[in-house]
Amino acid sequence: MIVADRKPLEEILDSIKDYKKIMLMGCGGCVTICFSGGVKAVELLASQIKIARKKQGKPIEIIECTPERQCEFEFIDAFKKDLESAEAVLSIACGVGVQTMSERHEDTITIPGQNTKFMGYPVEHALWEERCAGCGNCVLEWTGGICPIARCAKKLLNGPCGGSSNGVCEVDKDTDCVWQLIYDRLKKLNKLENLMVVRQPKDWRTSTDAGQRRVKFEEAML
Amino acid sequence: MKSAGRLEKVLTAGQFAVTAELGPPQNANPEAIKKKSQHCLGNVDGANITDNQTAIVRMSSIAAGAIALSCGVEPIIQMVCRDRNRLAMQSDILGAAALGIQNLLCLSGDHQTFGNHPDAKNVYDVDSMQLIAMVKKMRDDKQFLCGDEIKEHEPKLFIGAVANPFADPFEFRVMRLAKKINAGADFIQTQCIFDMKKFAEWMKMVVAEGLHKKVYILAGLTPVRSHKALKYMKNNVAGMSIPDELIARMESAEDPKEEGVKICVEMIEQIKGMEGVSGIHLMPIGWESITPVILERAGLLPRPKV
Ligand code: SF4
Ligand code: SF4
Repeated sequence: MIVADRKPLEEILDSIKDYKKIMLMGCGGCVTICFSGGVKAVELLASQIKIARKKQGKPIEIIECTPERQCEFEFIDAFKKDLESAEAVLSIACGVGVQTMSERHEDTITIPGQNTKFMGYPVEHALWEERCAGCGNCVLEWTGGICPIARCAKKLLNGPCGGSSNGVCEVDKDTDCVWQLIYDRLKKLNKLENLMVVRQPKDWRTSTDAGQRRVKFEEAML
Repeated sequence: MKSAGRLEKVLTAGQFAVTAELGPPQNANPEAIKKKSQHCLGNVDGANITDNQTAIVRMSSIAAGAIALSCGVEPIIQMVCRDRNRLAMQSDILGAAALGIQNLLCLSGDHQTFGNHPDAKNVYDVDSMQLIAMVKKMRDDKQFLCGDEIKEHEPKLFIGAVANPFADPFEFRVMRLAKKINAGADFIQTQCIFDMKKFAEWMKMVVAEGLHKKVYILAGLTPVRSHKALKYMKNNVAGMSIPDELIARMESAEDPKEEGVKICVEMIEQIKGMEGVSGIHLMPIGWESITPVILERAGLLPRPKV
């Protein structure tokens, strides 16, 4: 899932300071699961904004809504009518939701209320960790299902750097050295020979280095 | 000969080699390099010119290396993977060779969050293993990484890599060394050794695998002036093993500087007797002037003629 973290209230207030009526739009997808952008988060943020603006003597009207997913036209179109009276949209979906809204409603500005972080999963209740960087050419097959691109601070492909110590990454004491994890897992799987192959430099074109990427599913094309 | 350098000649002649570290300044003053070069001149077979070490901006290692060369010191240019992509690296490798540089040491590099630009984007387009293979490809196959031919004047560099016997996973460290040799490393410099026991254990594994016959291994040593430096490294530098006895010995010494030199000389003696070690690499952090003193006392001067 995509994990996002709400921006600080001060920053949000500043970004909507010129408006008297906005639409606050959440999303029923990933950000509902990570608590930062679902129906409840919309309610909470709306009341926080209203209280703050009242204190400033500049009350604001907020239309609250949460489409099933903000990243598809079909779901956001259901709120077209409500949008007509709003001066701007404050979105607490991920960055994809914000852009879907921006493209659909060219004359209305959509402001991000979240910092979109990464693709990952909850390792425990209310704690998410990154697992995939969408590099476009997956190597999990020979790493024992553990990703060095998303989880190694140096994106190394040929084993741990010299800073790996007691299973911890040199960059952050609270983060596992992913190459220690890979080593341990491959050892368990009896596949340490995977680590002896000198892996060639990666083709970063499939990642973010050749501009926007596109996926086509031919069979489903109309 | 892969290069025409002194370091390779000394090692292939079977002589015990000596290299030392020479850190470029955080400014554009060539005099700083010239001054430090004097501590190395005639005393070492190669001087490592660090590359934005600990992720702090310093004079380019290639520029500083060219200055050292003009002072008669053979530079070993360090190149980290943090700051440059494959285009910039290959172009700098050609440039270094054109300036007369004969040795190149390939490293991953400390993460930028340790340095003075922690907010920088890092590169790591290629990792240290891939860098070793890339330099070898340029030298031996006369090809750029992409396969394009280098029609003439390929860079004739003696290729170095690093090994850290004290990092984890410990058992993987020997495998990683083997991998670096397969990738094309000609010589290895180790992380600085304080834990002789652990180093000896690692060397035994290296010898058992026969790796010492495929690569020249130089043992890294750092003379220290106080127990505080040791304590600091123990607590703050990842991938270091520093025995408490050593800290205690430094702490109780009447003349800690002398004790630091003594310890270093003793370690050199132990290393000389160890199977599979071809030399030492001195890293006297901020104490370059001690290099000739230690080498003299360890009986490593004058350097052999090759
Ligand atoms: S290798 Fe690439 S695609 Fe596979 S998990 Fe890692 S970042 Fe994602
Ligand atoms: S310590 Fe491990 S995870 Fe951290 S940068 Fe080094 S290899 Fe990558």
